Amino acid sequence: MDLIESHPILEFGHGRTVSFTFDGRAMEGFEGEPIAVALHANGVKVYRYSPEAHRPRGFFCAIGKCSSCFMVVDGVPNVRTCVTPLKEGMAVMTQHGRGSVPMQEKGGEQGA
Amino acid sequence: MREVELLVVGGGPAGLSAAAEAAGMGASVLVVDSGPRLGGQLIKQTHKFFGSRDEHAGTRGFKIAEMLMEEIAGRSEKVETMTDTTVVGYYREDGTVSLTCGEEEYFLVKPRKMVIAAGAQERLIPFPGNDLPGVYGAGAVQTLMNVYGVVPGRKVLMVGAGNIGIIVAYQLIQAGVEVAAVVEATPRVGGYWVHAAKIRRLGVPIHLMHSIKRALGEESLEGAAVMGLDDKFRPTGSEFTVDCDTICLAVGLTPTVELLWQAGCKMKYVPQLCGYVPVRDLNLRTTNHDIWVAGDSSGIEEASSAMVEGRLAGFGAAAALGYKPRPGRYESFVARLDHLRAGEVCDKIRAGLECVICEGGSDDVFYE
Amino acid sequence: MSASSAKEVATMSFTNDELLYNSGVLTGPRDGVAMPGEEAWKAKRGGYVVIECPQRIPCNPCHTSCPTGAVLPFADINDVPKVDYSKCTGCARCVAKCPGLACFVVDLAWKEGWALMKLPYEILPKPVKGMEVDCLDRQGRIVFRSSIEQVLEPFKDRTFVVAVPVPYGLKDDVRAVRVVG
Repeated sequence: MDLIESHPILEFGHGRTVSFTFDGRAMEGFEGEPIAVALHANGVKVYRYSPEAHRPRGFFCAIGKCSSCFMVVDGVPNVRTCVTPLKEGMAVMTQHGRGSVPMQEKGGEQGA
Repeated sequence: MREVELLVVGGGPAGLSAAAEAAGMGASVLVVDSGPRLGGQLIKQTHKFFGSRDEHAGTRGFKIAEMLMEEIAGRSEKVETMTDTTVVGYYREDGTVSLTCGEEEYFLVKPRKMVIAAGAQERLIPFPGNDLPGVYGAGAVQTLMNVYGVVPGRKVLMVGAGNIGIIVAYQLIQAGVEVAAVVEATPRVGGYWVHAAKIRRLGVPIHLMHSIKRALGEESLEGAAVMGLDDKFRPTGSEFTVDCDTICLAVGLTPTVELLWQAGCKMKYVPQLCGYVPVRDLNLRTTNHDIWVAGDSSGIEEASSAMVEGRLAGFGAAAALGYKPRPGRYESFVARLDHLRAGEVCDKIRAGLECVICEGGSDDVFYE
Repeated sequence: MSASSAKEVATMSFTNDELLYNSGVLTGPRDGVAMPGEEAWKAKRGGYVVIECPQRIPCNPCHTSCPTGAVLPFADINDVPKVDYSKCTGCARCVAKCPGLACFVVDLAWKEGWALMKLPYEILPKPVKGMEVDCLDRQGRIVFRSSIEQVLEPFKDRTFVVAVPVPYGLKDDVRAVRVVG
């Protein structure tokens, strides 16, 4: 991970290391820290592609207000990865466009 | 539906100060913050603060956050805090507030009084490529490197030489990141001269009367085209390329005020305070008499004034709830704010505040 | 307005010195600041402080940290710092306390022909006596190569004061160091 090894003023304490996947690739991050931060530390800067022009988007505001960092996490799209804490085993995927939410038909069958 | 005496929206310097003051007077307080940690922007500040002893001058920002959180923890019987919790609505009919915690939980609170200390958001300037990964807000870069210890990039172009731009440039150097250059559209740095001097002597060029023309790169940032400007901000035709993998935008903040609009507070656009802010009396009570405002939500200023405003607002809300004022504190807060704002660097702020101060309400309880 | 008349609108221009100052580089001695004479300075063990803080901002830790009262009390917290040199001992506490890193101690008595500069330092690597350093002027240009003579940490708060010898002629130029390698 691309972590700051030493700092003249600050000391960094991290929670426990957990495994997660990004687009199926195994990665490690710190539990409880934002998903976007773990991705950045693993050299991943592109989080989604915009709906109309398919432009790459990534980290921007870091306070959950701009929508640039939306990704599909454990099947749920439009997750604000910059304020959502990383958990062991999370499956994080690049979001293409607006993402889709799996809908449940009457009788419990999954729709498109 | 949960009833609370005082709801403080925002757990940064203003919100924590408001909660501490109100709790010190006996009020019971719920502080909510939409981020994962309390302390607001303070927790990212490695530099020593200015001001006077009362504002902890000479103490690093993140230590001031620790002091505020210790004060709150010392009043745990009166102050409850919730993080990852966002206030999403205010209902004027009965003052109900709706909140979300994380992505799934939703609940309602009925506060008797509120202090809105929701801080600010970074502005954006438009330029081709400004949505490329690698173009980040300055606050975001600070969060990556100072809160989570992650290298934000290898070589940074900083756009904007206000206090945030030049302070973050220095913090980047401290984190071992190269700052290729700072560009500033006006003919002088907007931040404190000494902050600029610190980075100039470490070899960082500050190109005044320059701005970013275009971010270069396909999948992510690879460089930046910078252009010269005249004193009317028109391109002069001079251009050069800066080799960088990160562009940091530090082009100004704007107060976070959506809740105040929802609550029906009278709002005014004040350029000197950097956007729409609520009209308020000298004690920071808005035109909605159950709502006070403090910190950057009341107008973009500094952490030192945010803390004193928080004290004033917490004091006002607790007094309106019927709690007894502690002698001398109100006067000391007013005096400290006046001192902080007396100098020329605050001419703009004082001019802006004059536009938004209104008469106090008829039920002011603490003026003798 | 046509394109050609738009060009004729007067634009302000700034001198190089003005732009340099506006970007955080001191371009000359400050008005109204009295410094000790050369002879007195060369005789003063420990040196005298030079404070480069020309802008009026609300700030006074240089005064509150000074143990002898050499940095005078501020009538208005926005005033620029003033020094009573008869009281300055060159202890460099203000160097470590100033949030703007604007204080420097210049010791001209340390060795003939040399100035021992006591400068604030808050970056990596952690400074250690004997380390080789590049000495930088106010624009970050390398003007000398030296080594760290002494390291102090007056407030044990990670702001170090590094004492670095430079030739006498560079005493008004060197304002920062970076460790080599």
